[in-house]
Amino acid sequence: MSFEVLEPGMLALVQDAGRHGYQHMGVTTGGPMDEFSFFWANRLLDNDLNAPQIEITFGRFSLRANHDACIAITGGDLGAHINDRAVEPWRTHHISKGDRLDFNAPMSGLRAYLAVSGGFKPAMKLGSCATVAREGLGGLDGKGAKLAKGDKLEFEKNASFVEAFLPEPEIPDYQQHLRLGVIPGYQYQSFPAVQRMKFFSCDYEISPNIDRMGYRLKGDAIYSDLDGIVSEGIAYGAIQVPKDGQPIVLMKDRQTIGGYPKIGCLSALDAGLLAQRGPGSSVSFYLSDVAEAEGRRMLFNQRLKTGAPGIRAD
Amino acid sequence: MRIESVNENTCMVYFGDQIGAESAGLVKRATDQLRRDMSDLIVDLVPSYTSILVTWDLDQADRFAIARRVRAAIDSDDDGSTGDDSARVVELPVYYDPEVGLDLEDVCEHAGLPRDEVVRIHSEQLYQVYAIGFAPGFAYLGSTDERIAIPRKSTPRLKVPTGSVGIAGTQTAIYPSCTPGGWQIIGRTPQKMVDWDSDSLALVQVGDQVRFRAISRDEFLELGGNLDEL
Repeated sequence: MSFEVLEPGMLALVQDAGRHGYQHMGVTTGGPMDEFSFFWANRLLDNDLNAPQIEITFGRFSLRANHDACIAITGGDLGAHINDRAVEPWRTHHISKGDRLDFNAPMSGLRAYLAVSGGFKPAMKLGSCATVAREGLGGLDGKGAKLAKGDKLEFEKNASFVEAFLPEPEIPDYQQHLRLGVIPGYQYQSFPAVQRMKFFSCDYEISPNIDRMGYRLKGDAIYSDLDGIVSEGIAYGAIQVPKDGQPIVLMKDRQTIGGYPKIGCLSALDAGLLAQRGPGSSVSFYLSDVAEAEGRRMLFNQRLKTGAPGIRAD
Repeated sequence: MRIESVNENTCMVYFGDQIGAESAGLVKRATDQLRRDMSDLIVDLVPSYTSILVTWDLDQADRFAIARRVRAAIDSDDDGSTGDDSARVVELPVYYDPEVGLDLEDVCEHAGLPRDEVVRIHSEQLYQVYAIGFAPGFAYLGSTDERIAIPRKSTPRLKVPTGSVGIAGTQTAIYPSCTPGGWQIIGRTPQKMVDWDSDSLALVQVGDQVRFRAISRDEFLELGGNLDEL
């Protein structure tokens, strides 16, 4: 059973929940830039939550179904169509042999997740198929390549079609102004009070320099008392501030260690919301704490277990 | 030891502020202890010069439980039986020559020393693996003798050949794969540093020690070394 990639678009990558347990060797995690969308796509299909999916950035991605299948689309609305029929994200869809699935251009959000019932079956490298081009790891063949025209996305025979969807009020609105909670940590204490005030009161603009390693922001420069620090482990969502004072949020393909001061860290759920915004969008930060981030994540994990209309609860 | 929250499933464990053998010993010992006692909860450990980043499975434990377990694991074994003396020594053959040591002549000039003296100083001491990062398997080794210390290149190379041995300040390292980089290259090892298809994966780990052994061009080729630029 398979789909065939007709157009890979700008960036379409095989991702699972990430390559964990190898960061001590300098191997980054990779994995979905937006965990909320990724996990819901698998959940809607009653898949293993770690099942491999396709992360489509910006759109212009097309495939042809060589077999009938049940799929789920979540994340940004990239104008998906099955043949000529528009299909909504945040629900399951049936796709028939010979059908064409196209993702056009972003209407809202930046990245869409495409899951298939049972999950895709790429090669596994260091326990994961998460594609990290820089490291030559993951992807269909395990060597880090993004999807290309003619690639075959294999999957097991699908279960019967189940209609499942995420209720409307729970679907993130990627158009609204983004305010992200910062967990103070790392070198937070080395940023003088007035620098922190600037950071929490300024609107930052997402620069054109965004990729799976990091999101560079533009706005009021902030400065710490430190020149550099002893290199240390970098968490997903950490906010690094280099000498020019412009913050960089470190994302899924970040380097494992680094020597720039960090003012704090986002929760994974907030970092995922940032990953749905593109250049020119504005973002601001508020002072949060680890208890809020932990509580929100535990509630989300619980919410995933509960399921959604059409899915049986765990 | 200081435990600080980073995000909902990550904390930093700090063992001091100074780079050196003392912190490195504490980091190595604690990394072994955490791996031994907390493998059921830990998703990733990132040891570095003076700290360890710990990521855990939030479905199994909250930050309070983790802090308790980290303290218990690290306090559990103070007799030093897994201490510094167990450090593994990895010997790496290096062909030191301008043919592959693209900056060897600059390093000699900067040090004001003849080539064989620079090679002798670089290869006669034991180095500590302080951290691994930048790229998979890229090990930061310290510290070189001050006499051969040299700043990074002002313009980094777009491609540093696989196996290149470089110096930056008083640190030295081997490029495990062909990547951009600004370290001053003095030689090349024929030894494969990472191999994702082997069981060992990466040749050196944080806490290991490394010694370089100068080899001839013939031996370099015999060991499978590659003289190509890339």
